[in-house]
Amino acid sequence: MSVVAANPPAPAARSARPGGWGRRLVIAIPYLWLLLLFLAPFLIVLKLSFSTAAIAIPPYTPVFDLGAGWDAFLAKIQEFTTENYAWLAQNSLYWRSYLSSLQIALISTVLTLLIGYPMAYGMARAPAGWRPILVMMVILPFWTSFLIRVYAWIGILRREGLLNQFLLWLGWIDAPLAIQNTNTAVYIGIVYSYLPFMVLPLYAALERMDKTLLEAAADLGSTPLKAFWRITFPLSIPGVVAGCMLVFIPVVGEFVIPDLLGGSETLMIGKTLWSEFFTNRDWPLASAVAILLLLILVVPIVLFQNQQRKAEEAGR
Amino acid sequence: MKHGPSWFNVTSVTLGFAFLYLPIVLLVIYSFNASRLVTVWGGFSTQWYGALFQNRELLDAAWVTLRVALLSATAATFLGTLGAVALVRFGGFRGRTLFAGMIYAPLVMPEVILGLSLLLLFVAVGFARGFWTIVLAHVTFTMCFVAVVVQSRLVTFDRSLEEAALDLGAHPLTAFIQVTLPLIAPAVLAGWMLAFTLSLDDLVIASFVSGPGATTLPMKIYSQVRLGVTPEINAASTILIGLVTAGVIVASIVQKRRATRRLTFV
Repeated sequence: MSVVAANPPAPAARSARPGGWGRRLVIAIPYLWLLLLFLAPFLIVLKLSFSTAAIAIPPYTPVFDLGAGWDAFLAKIQEFTTENYAWLAQNSLYWRSYLSSLQIALISTVLTLLIGYPMAYGMARAPAGWRPILVMMVILPFWTSFLIRVYAWIGILRREGLLNQFLLWLGWIDAPLAIQNTNTAVYIGIVYSYLPFMVLPLYAALERMDKTLLEAAADLGSTPLKAFWRITFPLSIPGVVAGCMLVFIPVVGEFVIPDLLGGSETLMIGKTLWSEFFTNRDWPLASAVAILLLLILVVPIVLFQNQQRKAEEAGR
Repeated sequence: MKHGPSWFNVTSVTLGFAFLYLPIVLLVIYSFNASRLVTVWGGFSTQWYGALFQNRELLDAAWVTLRVALLSATAATFLGTLGAVALVRFGGFRGRTLFAGMIYAPLVMPEVILGLSLLLLFVAVGFARGFWTIVLAHVTFTMCFVAVVVQSRLVTFDRSLEEAALDLGAHPLTAFIQVTLPLIAPAVLAGWMLAFTLSLDDLVIASFVSGPGATTLPMKIYSQVRLGVTPEINAASTILIGLVTAGVIVASIVQKRRATRRLTFV
């Protein structure tokens, strides 16, 4: 494992010092916390996705009682079914939700990249004294409430909203546009909310770049546009990948934006899971929806983690 | 290659920031609207701010949110800092890959999954849902953000100071508290603030794990927003935006004083 090799003598030397138990404690406390409150819950979701909904508290069966003995345990195991997954496979609502979530996430990631790249590029080429202020201005909306920023768009996009009033006043349109409660509103909301997640990694990659490379290209007769595609863009690819992952993965499971800005045509899996859980109170089915969502996201999440690990090792 | 700002760069940055800030600015302006119709300007008024302070439910929700955020951010900062130290300083311990995975996964995990899984855990162990379940849930997902922020500081700082302290016979704990901690303090503070605002802001996870009697401000705002846009919500939002903006500006000034020019973001 490269992580071990990157730092070979130090851990041995450190553990030989007094206070080796302290080291163990530093690892164990957050480790146990995450095992109990992050990993264990997933195992429960997995277990529940093979259970059956029941009118009871809690509203599913089987419920394990560790005091009931081994035979009772085995009997309960028999109760597991795959009917939730069969239901998900048969019912086109779920398939369409997954596909439409992926589609919306993909399109909005591309849109965010198209808007975020020129912005990050402009920031990275701004005078050095300006850059920290610009970075802070990108981070600031990220600190302000997500819900409030989505809410702000309702006032702008709805039928009697500010955008329609403005366009009517300009005389560009004769009747208000229906944007609120459509997929267009969802795209606007997603691009808006996730833009900082795209701009910051892009900016970090572009700012770090060795600008003498561009001068060399210019000296050798390359046009600025060609130099951009041959040098700047390839060097910014780690930032592009990180930014796209930070947008794409959470957007697939997004709930607030499609719920508040989208309409009946907006199918997203986060919304489906929410209504399965809160409206239909079918916890096992909601768990199965969550497990499938996780399986879909495993590839991008692993890609993201590798990226993080590389960045972490590069920083050593 | 031209030096200095080009026409293209200035335009793209300006348009980008206009897009980021215009909705917030409009929201703030319309919180001072005298008209109940949110999108018709009826003159300047602060009546909605007055109405806000009469709204018992909203104030209760704000108080719950604040307590949850303070408690969970503090616990998350402790746990997240420990996690970052474990990841950066203790090289390869057994199970490190799993540990790193559990630290990074919540950063991108859809909130509906985190919320659902934590709720199912609380139900399975028979933990009564309410204030404390929200705190536990928030600690869990925000500690990972703290860990990443602190980690990015730990990997870059000069380790020789800490090693000097150890070579001079300092106990590792003493060395950490007296040498390392002051050096990473800006990142720890940034991590705390990040955890605090994430907790303040969270709707989805809190909705899953909360029980009767524990309604947070985002849950309250969400249920009102679903009924329609109201000037009170604009006023409440403006106050929140103002507080967060002030907090971020103060923190960044403090941090600048410490002459750390680092991008402490995920």
